[in-house]
Amino acid sequence: MPDALITVRGLKVALPDMTRKPLFGRAPMAEILKGLDFELPKNSITGIVGESGSGKSTLGRALVRLIEPSAGSVTFDGRDITHLSDAELKPLRRDLQMIFQDPMSSLNPRRTIGSIIAAPLKQNGMGDNLRERVAEALRRVGLPVNFAMRYRHELSGGQRQRVGIARALALSPKFVLADEIVSGLDVSTQAQVLTLLERLAGEMGLTVAFISHDLSVIRRLCRQVIVMRQGEIVEAGPTDELFGDPKQAYTRELIAAIPLPEIDPDWLRAKPLAAAN
Amino acid sequence: MSAAPCLEISNLSATLPSGMRVLRSVSLKIAPGEVHALVGESGAGKSMIGKAVLGVLPTSVRIVEGDMLLEGTRLGALSPKARRALIGARTALIPQDPLTALNPSRRIGPQITDRLIRILGWSASKAESRIRRLLDEVQIREPGRVVGCYPHELSGGMRQRVLIAAAFAAEPRLIVADEPTTALDVTVQKQILRLIADLQREHGTAILFVTHDLGVVAKISQKVSVLYAGMVVEEADTTALFAAPQHPYTRALMAATPRYTDPYASLLPVDAAVLAGLAGEVAEADRAWRPVHA
Repeated sequence: MPDALITVRGLKVALPDMTRKPLFGRAPMAEILKGLDFELPKNSITGIVGESGSGKSTLGRALVRLIEPSAGSVTFDGRDITHLSDAELKPLRRDLQMIFQDPMSSLNPRRTIGSIIAAPLKQNGMGDNLRERVAEALRRVGLPVNFAMRYRHELSGGQRQRVGIARALALSPKFVLADEIVSGLDVSTQAQVLTLLERLAGEMGLTVAFISHDLSVIRRLCRQVIVMRQGEIVEAGPTDELFGDPKQAYTRELIAAIPLPEIDPDWLRAKPLAAAN
Repeated sequence: MSAAPCLEISNLSATLPSGMRVLRSVSLKIAPGEVHALVGESGAGKSMIGKAVLGVLPTSVRIVEGDMLLEGTRLGALSPKARRALIGARTALIPQDPLTALNPSRRIGPQITDRLIRILGWSASKAESRIRRLLDEVQIREPGRVVGCYPHELSGGMRQRVLIAAAFAAEPRLIVADEPTTALDVTVQKQILRLIADLQREHGTAILFVTHDLGVVAKISQKVSVLYAGMVVEEADTTALFAAPQHPYTRALMAATPRYTDPYASLLPVDAAVLAGLAGEVAEADRAWRPVHA
């Protein structure tokens, strides 16, 4: 097995089910993740794919310890981080970064791009040479240095997402969680942002968990894939194998449901669960 | 063989109060029973065309030139009242987000029979039996239960089925489908696309299908218009478009669309030269343009 940066064993997460909360008193807990086991190998991008409600975003949040698992363990770089307190997590935060889905709502409208990128640097004791570090972060994602003076509303969607990447990578983290980072972008912009992430991940030796509902994107970007459904792993493996020879009916169904940009009169007619043989 | 087009748009231009054009001399024709896709990126004006057809443009957008003919009737020549009546009777909308399109505090049944009763003057019992039959056609298993539900009690796929049923209920000649599957999971998207294709064929309804996804275009439409900045840059039969895209922008869009079958020949960034060419085309179109009547 290649070196794992993150090892997950028997991971369970339960969250309060607000749809069943009584008017007074506590909401009952619903099990979102039902015991997951996997590793995220160092220096590579792992795709996590699933439909809505599969638990892929909850899994991402548990990996960076934004939520605390209810059972099982998450080991980061040899250290069990499953139940660390906020204070204990603090020194690890610079190594566990996130890029968010919606760069509009994840960038503060009242602060300049420069101060948005500088904030985590200051938080993590890298406050020296701030101006130079921010400029470097912007250059890295292909934005002009004077963008540090701008506000988020002066940027296009693609530029905003570049800022999101710049902020996450400014700390030179070991691990980056990218949760649906291109689903709000146009296809042409999406391609630019993804090639940027791919290049930077290679150059900086990042370990990335790339959460997406789009298997075509995952096929291109990720070395291995985890397919999720209803809080469980349906299938996981190297990308080439998973696409070349999907073992599970659900994986085949997911792949077959992608409308490829090519003429195929039989596609609509094909049975949803068309078995491969 | 030359049946009158179901919808004919010629030379349609619309402007913002600043005078900037959001639609730039758009022309297109939809034959009866045909699915015509409008594809483009955000801001290309694809939804704007759909809204113009349905007469629900935002108040800030003004049509300054051009004609729209719905089954041969010139919409611009009608009084607002007559126009609304015609559009109400002959067209329908399948919206993008079924949750915001449905009123959260009313049951499904009355919401979708409303239109039939109030706009088309059907009796309540006729409207109800029609909706039940349509819900059956969109493969909702217990129509009787679903009409009594509130929107939040249904899944996204179910809500979209309900709205499709509502759209087909009055036998419109033209449906504007505005990104009807964008908010859905892929497996559900496939079911919904199939459903729309089936109903469309059985009922002989023409569809103006707005989408950003060339994959969806390839599977659902017979004709396609590629839009950029409110301009039709290429119009073609869908088969021809995918066999040999003519415009550099169409080719760039196709190359940018991810394909799991060909990961390294897809997801390619759009060449700056293509965008520069488009900017030139837009500027050229605007230079030559003088509104005929304002």
